[in-house]
Amino acid sequence: MIAPGIPRAAPGPPGPAAMAFTFAAFCYMLALLLTAALIFFAIWHIIAFDELKTDYKNPIDQCNTLNPTVEKVKKIKRVKIALKLVLPEYLIHAFFCVMFLCAAEWLTLGLNMPLLAYHIWRYMSRPVMSGPGLYDPTTIMNADILAYCQKEGWCKLAFYLLSFFYYLYGMIYVLVSS
Amino acid sequence: FYYSSCVIQLPVITSSTIVRCRSCRTYINPFVSFIDQRRWKCNLCYRVNDVPEEFMYNPLTRSYGEPHKRPEVQNSTVEFIASSDYMLRPPQPAVYLFVLDVSHNAVEAGYLTIVCQSLLENLDKLPGDSRTRIGFITFDSTVQFYNLQEGLSQPQMLIVSDIDDIFLPTPDSLLVNLHESKELIKDLLNALPNMFTNTRETHSALGPALQAAFKLMSPTGGRISVFQTQLPSLGAGLLHSREDPNQRSSTKVVQHLGPATDFYKKLALDCSGQQTAVDLFLLSSQYSDLASLACMSKYSAGCIYYYPSFHRSHNPAQAEKLQKDLKRYLTRKIGFEAVMRIRCTKGLSIHTFHGNFFVRSTDLLSLANVNPDAGFAVQMSIEESLTDTSLVCFQTALLYTSSKGERRIRVHTLCLPVVSSLADVYAGADVQAVVCLLANMAVDRSVSSSLSDARDALVNAVVDSLAAYMSTASNLQQSMLIAPNSLKLFPLYILALLKQKAFRTGTSTRLDDRVYAMCQMKSQPLVHLMKMIHPNLYRIDKLIDESTIHVNDRVVPQPPLQKLSAEKLTREGAFLMDCGSIFYIWIGKNCSNNFIKDVLGYPNYASVPQKMTQLPEVDALSSERTRSFISWLRDSRPLSPVLQVIKDENPAKTDFFQHLIEDRTEAAFSYYEFLLNIQQQICK
Repeated sequence: MIAPGIPRAAPGPPGPAAMAFTFAAFCYMLALLLTAALIFFAIWHIIAFDELKTDYKNPIDQCNTLNPTVEKVKKIKRVKIALKLVLPEYLIHAFFCVMFLCAAEWLTLGLNMPLLAYHIWRYMSRPVMSGPGLYDPTTIMNADILAYCQKEGWCKLAFYLLSFFYYLYGMIYVLVSS
Repeated sequence: FYYSSCVIQLPVITSSTIVRCRSCRTYINPFVSFIDQRRWKCNLCYRVNDVPEEFMYNPLTRSYGEPHKRPEVQNSTVEFIASSDYMLRPPQPAVYLFVLDVSHNAVEAGYLTIVCQSLLENLDKLPGDSRTRIGFITFDSTVQFYNLQEGLSQPQMLIVSDIDDIFLPTPDSLLVNLHESKELIKDLLNALPNMFTNTRETHSALGPALQAAFKLMSPTGGRISVFQTQLPSLGAGLLHSREDPNQRSSTKVVQHLGPATDFYKKLALDCSGQQTAVDLFLLSSQYSDLASLACMSKYSAGCIYYYPSFHRSHNPAQAEKLQKDLKRYLTRKIGFEAVMRIRCTKGLSIHTFHGNFFVRSTDLLSLANVNPDAGFAVQMSIEESLTDTSLVCFQTALLYTSSKGERRIRVHTLCLPVVSSLADVYAGADVQAVVCLLANMAVDRSVSSSLSDARDALVNAVVDSLAAYMSTASNLQQSMLIAPNSLKLFPLYILALLKQKAFRTGTSTRLDDRVYAMCQMKSQPLVHLMKMIHPNLYRIDKLIDESTIHVNDRVVPQPPLQKLSAEKLTREGAFLMDCGSIFYIWIGKNCSNNFIKDVLGYPNYASVPQKMTQLPEVDALSSERTRSFISWLRDSRPLSPVLQVIKDENPAKTDFFQHLIEDRTEAAFSYYEFLLNIQQQICK
């Protein structure tokens, strides 16, 4: 039997546990914003490869020529720009893995680990080149490499979309339960 | 599929309208169908198009109303003269630039004399017109340019030693008009071999020289011919020796088949964008990292020539080969600023291309130069069901500028039937095309994955195709090895491929030799490639007894082909092996003295010299027959082969015996064992 009148412990000043909450919420918020950027990169990736691939379906056009037009050269250049986006994408993703490590959000970190490992493997097995990048303009037109890059683009888009909603949920959960 | 390389009568069409399908842009060809006289149905996309008014008139027969009698519809290979819609810029002139290595190593090897001699002889025969231009660059640890401005009394050498930031010393007169400055060019070619005889420079700044060459050629485009004799050791693009001589006979991983740096690949892509092709002549005696250097030609539509252990006096066979190759190289036809597009019927798609070019789009190939000695291979895949079509067509269109400055389009159309039973597919298989395509695919696999993967894949190709045949198309029992008639030589050719320099393991193979064999696989036309893979062996000491044919007033004996096995070689005979670019004549120890006297011109076996490369003209029937047989073999191909006579002690003997692929070696199966191996794998 609990005797009446025993005072309850007064809530103390916000201790280290409470600090982690707001830091985790901050992590989720930042991750949300950065994932929006990653989704943009994935969409760019898909568009660039799709344009490279559908070039051969020549629509009825007025030019009437067989020459490679200037646009097609630009499209290969667009792929080169896309590969300039590859490194920022990997770095951003690595950055929030580190953030979640600091915030001790183990479940989220675990979900991002496979993607991090995939990025590392992809970068290690890229073709020999002097600058940073993943795509070799001489082999990119091979149908199997092109198909692989397209599939990769779609899978990444799906993954980033799902993570976006997961971080949204995570952020709200962390804020509400503090 | 492959086309005979000599098109004897090529119809050239000069009409003002080139009739093409409105949606897929296919050129009209013999396999379209005419729906009434005014409309035609495209055989690739099935769209119905209108026949233009001008097309209804046939200029050859001067009749009206019979569009199907026009030459475009009567011939599957035609050439159109292209109008200005097909030009991005006015057709370029022929521009040739020669980049020559003059380091100490190069002078030792002595190639410069041969090159200059060959150029002097063939200067007038270089394809081109009055606008043809030519230029020279030499390099060792600095880069030297030559001012050949018309009006100078002698050529002027300009040296640029700042190789980290190479620039052109004068804006023009480095590439001059061939006809206007001919005297100066001849003076330069006569003086060049002697200018560097006392050089002490051992470095080679190939990268900067190429960068300068690119700058020089960018405004017009054309052809750069690079002669290199060692590993580039200075400046951009310098390479290190990667080969480990102890690993030459390795049966495990063969490394360094891919490029070490992407400098040459990037250079090739830049050159390709400016319509310049880079051809490489590698004349080195030591490892020169051909895997990296070859990139400069592979992606710019150039070609690669390799002369291992080249030395003008110590190795006369290679010197003679260089001379012959140069003659062909300088005088053969050439096309500039070309693009090629391959279209196929709806339902098929082109998957991968093999050859020396840059793939600009899914079916568009950018070829800075086109030459008649290049071969291409294409892999296609079936995307949709073809059950309701009976024919599929492929069309290749090459848009190029001829050496005379005319813009032309050459169109080839091929039509193949669609069959519904597997037995028919096997009956129509072209085993040579299959083997050459597999060789191309194996080269790609060796570089991207590993050599052992590629070897396994080759064996699997035989196993899978024969297993499929045995299970579906034939009813005989499983314990025997059955092959359809069209594929009966398939295992033999694959065994030959596995023993080829490009793919063999266990036998000592220099890395550069291996990489060169791989480059050849990817760029040679089919006829040449088959001779490389499976040479022809003939017995030639009894030619008088053989049946003959008459060709152009000559009597040519037709000895039967022998199997490539040492079992067929006897000590009493003499044999000729036709390997495509080289002929070996092997003389047995007890060969009859009559043969040696009549055909070789020596009294007995012991007196035949080690390095004999020509057959003398002796007034005897056997000599005449032998020479006519050899020249008949030579005439049937564009590249003139060199001849080597081998006795038993000659170092080239190993090359000869390595081609006897049906025999067992320490590292590889014999033909019979290979067949047993395949049978075990199928029946497993």
